[in-house]
Amino acid sequence: MSLTHQDVARIAKLARINVSDEEIAAVGNQLNNIFGLIEKMQAVNTDGIEPMAHPQDVSLRLREDIVTQTNQREAFQAVAPQVEKGLFLVPKVIE
Amino acid sequence: MTNATLKQLSQQLAAGEVSSVELATHYLDRIEALNPQLNAFITVDRVRTLADAAAADAARVAGQAGLLTGVPMVHKDIFCQQGWKTSCGSKMLDNFISPYSAHVVEQCNAAGLVTLGRANMDEFAMGSSNENSFYGAVKNPWDLNAIPGGSSGGSAAAVAARLTPVATATDTGGSIRQPASHCGVTGIKPTYGVVSRYGMVAYASSLDQGGPIAQTAEDCALMLNVMAGFDERDSTSLERAREDYTRELNQPLAGLRVGLPREYFADGLDADVAKVIEDAVAELKKQGAQVVDISLPNTELSIPAYYVIAPAEASTNLSRFDGVRYGHRAADYKDLVDMYEKTRAEGFGAEVKRRILVGSYVLSHGYYDAYYLKAQKIRRLIANDFNAAFEQCDVILGPVAPTAAFNIGEKSGDPVQMYLSDIYTLSVNLAGLPGMSVPAGFDRRGRPVGLQIIGNYFGEAKMLNVAHQFQLATDWHTRAPAL
Amino acid sequence: MKWEVVIGLEVHVQLNTATKIFSGTSTAFGAEPNTQASAVELAFPGVLPVMNKAVVEKAIRLGLALGSKINQKNVFARKNYFYPDLPKGYQISQMELPIVEGGVLPILVGEEEKLVKLTRAHMEEDAGKSLHEDFSGMTGIDLNRAGTPLLEVVSEPDMRSPEEAVAYARALHSLVMWLGICDGNMQEGSFRVDANVSVRPFGQQEYGTRREIKNLNSFRFLEQAIKYEIQWQIDTLEDGGRVEQATVLFDPDSGETRMMRSKEDAHDYRYFPDPDLLPVRIADEQIERIRSEMPELPAAMKARFVEAFGVSSYDAALLTGSRATAEYFEAVAQASGQGKLAANWVNGEIAARLNRDGKDISACPIAAERLTGLIQRIADNTLSSKLAKQVFDALWDSELSADAIIERDGLKQVSDVGAIEKMVEEAIAASPKAVEEYRAGKEKALNALAGQVMKASKGKANPAQVQDILKQKLA
Repeated sequence: MSLTHQDVARIAKLARINVSDEEIAAVGNQLNNIFGLIEKMQAVNTDGIEPMAHPQDVSLRLREDIVTQTNQREAFQAVAPQVEKGLFLVPKVIE
Repeated sequence: MTNATLKQLSQQLAAGEVSSVELATHYLDRIEALNPQLNAFITVDRVRTLADAAAADAARVAGQAGLLTGVPMVHKDIFCQQGWKTSCGSKMLDNFISPYSAHVVEQCNAAGLVTLGRANMDEFAMGSSNENSFYGAVKNPWDLNAIPGGSSGGSAAAVAARLTPVATATDTGGSIRQPASHCGVTGIKPTYGVVSRYGMVAYASSLDQGGPIAQTAEDCALMLNVMAGFDERDSTSLERAREDYTRELNQPLAGLRVGLPREYFADGLDADVAKVIEDAVAELKKQGAQVVDISLPNTELSIPAYYVIAPAEASTNLSRFDGVRYGHRAADYKDLVDMYEKTRAEGFGAEVKRRILVGSYVLSHGYYDAYYLKAQKIRRLIANDFNAAFEQCDVILGPVAPTAAFNIGEKSGDPVQMYLSDIYTLSVNLAGLPGMSVPAGFDRRGRPVGLQIIGNYFGEAKMLNVAHQFQLATDWHTRAPAL
Repeated sequence: MKWEVVIGLEVHVQLNTATKIFSGTSTAFGAEPNTQASAVELAFPGVLPVMNKAVVEKAIRLGLALGSKINQKNVFARKNYFYPDLPKGYQISQMELPIVEGGVLPILVGEEEKLVKLTRAHMEEDAGKSLHEDFSGMTGIDLNRAGTPLLEVVSEPDMRSPEEAVAYARALHSLVMWLGICDGNMQEGSFRVDANVSVRPFGQQEYGTRREIKNLNSFRFLEQAIKYEIQWQIDTLEDGGRVEQATVLFDPDSGETRMMRSKEDAHDYRYFPDPDLLPVRIADEQIERIRSEMPELPAAMKARFVEAFGVSSYDAALLTGSRATAEYFEAVAQASGQGKLAANWVNGEIAARLNRDGKDISACPIAAERLTGLIQRIADNTLSSKLAKQVFDALWDSELSADAIIERDGLKQVSDVGAIEKMVEEAIAASPKAVEEYRAGKEKALNALAGQVMKASKGKANPAQVQDILKQKLA
């Protein structure tokens, strides 16, 4: 397989990373090299093999429904790029 | 003092031979003198460190000192530490002063350890050479032309250069073991779930695991006693009784079955490295270990499986870096999407972007089964290989990397060549097993070579035992670079 | 052409837990912006989700109530997309293995019962809110709501009219409140509906292309939006156009739906199992414990009301429309021993007044004991139905008991035979014409006479007795 420029543009858009037209060819080449390595997986028969999502086969621990957090807005917003009246500001969102 | 181990320093502090402030000053002075050549640190804060050291001394006077109170240490810049810049080696977090601390940091603070500074690393822990840091490459203290390994290159270089007795690190595909090997120091990645990931900036959640890098196995055991332990804030943290990782250090190795996987000694392994490993195995045999020939047939597949799973998880773990609540935000943008795209294009380095793109692709519509699900199945095959192998042996031995440290710039233009050098470390993470690197010799250029010890699940104490017994009989771990 | 409407609903039910789904942060509504957003909700680097047990238990409750399959292994997945009110850049939801699958919800359309099939219900986290008031030309983000637990309940496309869709939404709304898993407050967004609407020519097997109307937060808007959308789709098709798959928003001001995004802009959500969370495993014992703690369900209660109190099936369905109403009715029926009377009053006057005042049964000014007092006086003939209405009015506006009102206003029904006979005789004497007509076979004339008696008694005479005595005297 081989990623086209359109593929690269599509995933860059999905990942919200600006890739300029000048970069796209180089990025595409690197990705294709990487996928050349990845494609080696396809030669292996994995029929009937259960996918492994976690190293240990354990179940999720559940927490009691008790409030443990207190308001730390000031500390948390001290590192925010732009806030006003306690709100994080972003460029206008149009729905 | 310079070459003292963690254990020795703790004894000197307990005996009143030295104060924590004196120790901190000593290391801070060394960092100031040597770091400009090495670039092992992103942040050093002398005032704060000395204040913490003074507090440790006061605690000791008050009779409240524990085993490691007042001992200096370094945190990899991936562990959130309240009030310290936590950059993760990225421009994205260059302005991020963490408002909270990781579990590992809390544990170290509670043990009275004093933070000397924050170690350089590959950006978001993605890399095998430490060339991917926004703060520049870290140099190998044994040879300034060589990479220190990655991603915990700053941690390993700092310990090797004796700028700290111990450092925290993380290992997603070899990031503790490989730099430890390249820098001639000892490092251990525990079983997945033993060290809490809370506050450790996530790269690949199902693979990431914290651990220590130090001069000796004994120091690693002491440090792991501090770092490990159940934490309810991490759903993948395992609820197990606390264990003393030093408990088996002094057991003799007679009767120990060590497995040598054929696939780890095949084509591609540098002859010098092979020789170092053979010598190390011979030493263990001399101590009574039995060698078993084993096979891990899917070893080669660990590379594609890892380079699907890790980027997939990373691609979404790193979505939170969007310029809204913290971190870098682009200066100019025309709308929201433009703000996101510029912020992320500017804030992330090339390798991080590559992995995000690969990860986004393998999870995208129509490709999930062919890549992500396939990789998860191969992951199972790899774990099964280890399960079968551990039927025949107690620990597995092999090289950490195919060669000793390569030169800075040698592979940085070719990601695939870089990825291929991870062949001996990736499967351990995929399976979730513990692994460590122990100094075992040097190559023809005088660059260190580590012996990898892979244990069964929760086999840390056994691995540390093997490493300690090896270190009692050898002096590789005591060698320090001339700087 | 005749068109058939096909509707399926996706409802976001906010669960009434004390804390968020993945952190111990309070979920209380209405706090200052971002004061209920911890490091987890803000998605600081390195933070991790820890699952709230109450969410799992409430989801199981709903599943058991709907007769669904509870997946004893279910898995959280990441749904990836960028939006400023979604701090992690992904929503933790469930995809391949949701906690609840299948089940049915009975709904009442007119007097007909219909069963709507459920596809699934899964646990997920809510997003924050974007505030579009002007902040130097920017949008403000409040993450207090981020991480509030939701159950997304997805129906099969089983509904065939806006009325059925509303009936389903109402039935689900009352069920989740019945089960005590949601506060049901639609203004605050605790129950939000997405409607998938399509039309097809009658008799056609395959479904038409659907459009999804997002985020309807009242039953009225749900009905209006679906009606508009159906008409729009039919008009479009009849004009020779095509309906394209899309997501649309309903504008309550114009009463119209408008396109939000087309299929082409549909997100590629890149779902995959969340590696920060392990599979949820639910033991048999846990399910059995929850089952044993469940309140009696509406269907069972309805059957019991018919059986125990002799009320009609329709009345019983209305009474079990909400748990509070059912409990109110049962208290009155039990205490008065008058099931049918209790049903008539609860479904009649009480329902009408509450509706008029826009109140819920929980805010009913007449507590069950006071209505019981009224019903007892009707049953023992102390009150005629007319007097009963009068007493009811007084009950509504005061704190007094029925007996106290009867006493105060002298409203006791006169059932004393002697007193009624006297009034009857007076009426006969006063209206010879009516008497003559009655005797000539004109039954209606009796009513005029009875009316006079009632008037003379100021409405207090027992009407049945008046009729009987009149007939006696005129025989």
